[in-house]
Amino acid sequence: MVTTQEARPTTPSSPRSRPPAQPSGGPTAGSRALALLADSWRPAAVLLALFALWWFVAWRELVPAYLVPSPGAVAETMAAEWPMLLEHTWVTTLETIVGFVLAAVIGVAAAVLLVYSRTAEKSLYPLILFAQVIPKIAIAPILVVWFGFGMTPKIVLAVLIAFFPVVVSAVAGLRSVDPELLEMSATMGASRWKTFRKIRFPGALPQLMSGLKVAVTLAVVGAVVGEFVGADRGLGYVLLLASGNLDAPLLFADLILMSLIGVVLFVLVEVLERLLIPWHASRRGNLALATV
Amino acid sequence: MTATTGPATEHSASARAADVEPIIEVSHLTRRFTSKRSETVALDDVSLAVLPGEFVTIAGPSGCGKSTLLKIIAGLTLATEGDVRLYGRAVTGPQREIGFAFQRSALLEWRGVRKNILLQAEMRGMDRRRAEERADHLIELTGLTGFEKALPHELSGGMQQRVALCRALLHEPRVLLMDEPFGALDALTREQMNIEMNRIWRETGTTVVLVTHSVPEAVYLGSRIVVMSPRPGRIVETLEPGLPERREYGPTLTDPRFTAAAERLRDLLGASHAPE
Repeated sequence: MVTTQEARPTTPSSPRSRPPAQPSGGPTAGSRALALLADSWRPAAVLLALFALWWFVAWRELVPAYLVPSPGAVAETMAAEWPMLLEHTWVTTLETIVGFVLAAVIGVAAAVLLVYSRTAEKSLYPLILFAQVIPKIAIAPILVVWFGFGMTPKIVLAVLIAFFPVVVSAVAGLRSVDPELLEMSATMGASRWKTFRKIRFPGALPQLMSGLKVAVTLAVVGAVVGEFVGADRGLGYVLLLASGNLDAPLLFADLILMSLIGVVLFVLVEVLERLLIPWHASRRGNLALATV
Repeated sequence: MTATTGPATEHSASARAADVEPIIEVSHLTRRFTSKRSETVALDDVSLAVLPGEFVTIAGPSGCGKSTLLKIIAGLTLATEGDVRLYGRAVTGPQREIGFAFQRSALLEWRGVRKNILLQAEMRGMDRRRAEERADHLIELTGLTGFEKALPHELSGGMQQRVALCRALLHEPRVLLMDEPFGALDALTREQMNIEMNRIWRETGTTVVLVTHSVPEAVYLGSRIVVMSPRPGRIVETLEPGLPERREYGPTLTDPRFTAAAERLRDLLGASHAPE
């Protein structure tokens, strides 16, 4: 009884992620859902098997319970600590979202600058690529020194980590414009801004969206690592506490919630992608499974 | 170098120019592309005058610089030497008083047929209602009715080119420049497009310059056929078969004037292929 309740969150292809896979219009939603079901039963089965293995290992006590708690124990902890966990989940989610949105805005703006200004490209792009080598997680302690224990250092870290895939994908997308389209625009006497708005930017969206999908999962990592280093709130903080107390069920419950944040945000970006570029998604064929 | 320009060209152009001002005037145009290692001469001393209402086809082997010539007229590329005048004004940058049809249709893949055509209006800031009426008229004229909302990838190559043609005609340009617009189409679709193109030219009175390497296309469509040599591109000869403006496809192809011009053109292109 408890087990079924739990299997859901960790299953990306569970019924929860299905609704966005049926955009309104296009081939009938019913047939699409059916196709999705046909495609998703395999990964679902594997997940179920893994879950059964977990349950079996815990039940036979093949591994001590303080290392691998039973699914039931995890569920009980989650239920018992729910208000506390929810509060911390909310904190981490907020840090992630703010960090992701900032990274997206700054990243796209930087990409536009890099694509339109040769000087900016020559002087900044190599540095941006080089900066990627710096292990950003190692910056976290410095950020705590600079910004204290509040949300700021976590958001900054999330931005720093999520920024890179956004810039790279946006630059690639903006550059991939067909030169003939730009010539065509020139024969129409279009201004630079109109050319950007109507040709360049929409054309860059497919690549930008895949960058954003990578970025959103990385933003979660940034927020959690920020919380590891110095925080009194958030799932990262709870994880450290649980680890200090050797509270395995809480550790697992916490981990499940972190993954859930990633999955939900990822699906949200997918939905956004389908709203923004339906023309692209319709060409890709097999919808959600191509990426999830 | 001027000797390579056929005397017929200069003569007929100047004779006609006596009573009508040319709408496009290219004089002694040379275009060189320089890279680190080498210098290629794409166009060498090309002179050409196009009169209002003419349909000039420029025929030549691949890589003879005919597309470059068209882009220079449109101001998309600049000449190394020489003068280009459009409507009597010197061309120094991209020209907007023209319609341009590209080799590949250059459609926006996220826009449906009608919206792709209306891009022209949006970019130019044309009156929306008038542009929409005009777009619907062109959609009907080119047989795209029923496909207004279809995305480019849902269309055949021929239909994509029709959309591009509608877009190039939306703002009723007096000059339409076409860069091998039907090159990627199968033979049958190409014929149909040629027939439509002849009709559109007659119905709109637009001055057309069309670049092609197809012999029948050049002769069927052109009121004047400009033949170019391989690189460096020069004008070898100008043909004026004197066919009537209205041309039924089948009968035209067997018309002695057509066959003679086609044979001559094939000779010129064939001869220019042979090593010197």
